[in-house]
Amino acid sequence: MGYLASMRIWRGNSADGQLEEHKVEVGDGEVVLDVIHRLQATQTPDLAVRWNCKAGKCGSCSVEINGKPRLMCMTRMNTFAEDETVTVTPLRAFPVIKDLVTDVSFNYQKAREIPAFKGPENLKPGEYRMAQVDVQRSQEFRKCIECFLCQDTCHVIRDHEENKPQFAGPRFFIRIAELDMHPLDQLNRTKAAQEEHGLGMCNITKCCTDVCPEHIKITDNAIIPMKERVVDKKYDPLVWLGNTISRRKSD
Amino acid sequence: MENGVGAPGRAKIGVRHLRTDKWWISPLISVVVLLSFIAYSTWRAFENDFYYVDHLVSPFYSPCLATSCPPEAAILGTPFGDWWTLSPALLILVFPLGFRLTCYYYRKTYYRAFWMSPSACAVAEPHKKYTGETRQPLLLQNSHRYFFFAGLIFNIILTYDAIIAFKNPAGEWGHMSVGTLVLLANAIFLWMYSLSCHSCRHAVGGRLKHFSAHPFRYKMWTFVSTLNPHHPKFAWVSLIGVALCDLYVRSVATGQITNFYIF
Repeated sequence: MGYLASMRIWRGNSADGQLEEHKVEVGDGEVVLDVIHRLQATQTPDLAVRWNCKAGKCGSCSVEINGKPRLMCMTRMNTFAEDETVTVTPLRAFPVIKDLVTDVSFNYQKAREIPAFKGPENLKPGEYRMAQVDVQRSQEFRKCIECFLCQDTCHVIRDHEENKPQFAGPRFFIRIAELDMHPLDQLNRTKAAQEEHGLGMCNITKCCTDVCPEHIKITDNAIIPMKERVVDKKYDPLVWLGNTISRRKSD
Repeated sequence: MENGVGAPGRAKIGVRHLRTDKWWISPLISVVVLLSFIAYSTWRAFENDFYYVDHLVSPFYSPCLATSCPPEAAILGTPFGDWWTLSPALLILVFPLGFRLTCYYYRKTYYRAFWMSPSACAVAEPHKKYTGETRQPLLLQNSHRYFFFAGLIFNIILTYDAIIAFKNPAGEWGHMSVGTLVLLANAIFLWMYSLSCHSCRHAVGGRLKHFSAHPFRYKMWTFVSTLNPHHPKFAWVSLIGVALCDLYVRSVATGQITNFYIF
């Protein structure tokens, strides 16, 4: 074993809770999730924690470590000083269920509000033919593991509970962008992004990009391009004029 | 703290944030640099002097459109006539100012640094309500593309100014001074800032769904996409660069320093 770490873990439920301090052994190369498991095995058997793959691919072990939204399985203990107290809390944008486990069903609700891919009427599934160059742009967004760290850190809902009904959040803006950039998708995603999913509420402060464990450039590659498409459709008088007199070619 | 991170049902932690790093340094630097630039550029815009010397034109005053401009600096003529008696800089600065004010990167910077919305990630903002960019005046941020195109015209003019700076004080071509290099660097930084712009990326090809049908636009989009991640860097370098360029021209014009000729 390497050293004895000071861990501060939030324990409680939706009614009440507090930060509890524990000393836990840390071995070489271990991540925060290892330490939480050791704590669970040796001192707090009833500590609730959600985890699954332990490889940064399932998106289950999202928490806040020293105030930053992160995956426990991808946060190495050697990134902290040995005498530093490491604070682990549940995600603070969502209701807590118990200890480090939160209720992220807000995100499932938002996912249901986005219509699925709709291909051309004259083509059946299996008949779609696309050039690689046309689909590769949106493939970046398929890397999303749905850890919801971007949703958690987004101040639009994190700091304003009342915005949740009208704001889908960055995870779903990349979903909308992925579909809107798809060469065969037939729905008007741009209008819905602004009017139904709250794209205009995003003030592009890029926290979603900062916390993404898959390093998806959420703001630069999805949100801002979608905002520009909204400007095309809604705010740019010259584009409107070009479309009206049919002098502007479609995409 | 009954809203936001203190809303009912969320983990009761009782503090705005638990970050232990120096998250406040970045917004603090932004405030200091931006306020310094605003103070300097405002003073210089109203100073109405020392903006032209020996074929070096300050970028704050170019194009110089007022009757009071020296003929060598008025490359587009003086369309405003005699009635404009204030500083010629005031006629043009709205365009570069608007370009930077509506820039996606600067928006992030000043929303964080000045409006604290939020100051840093996972640091609760102080505002009770938040509507983002859904209302006026913030809907005007959607005019960024127009300022981008105006900025391109300014880049062409400032590049022309840099070329003119290859003249010596006698007006002969083929000479290069430190001032030439300063103006040249300023023009290059501004081009890099403009070409890495998100609106530029959208205009050249970002709006397309079928890149395969537009191979040339796809190539342009790919080129702008390689510059785009560096947009923040170019934003700061070009901002500081334009102020230093003006300071250099002013220092030469006031006689504080001599513009050294390399050849």
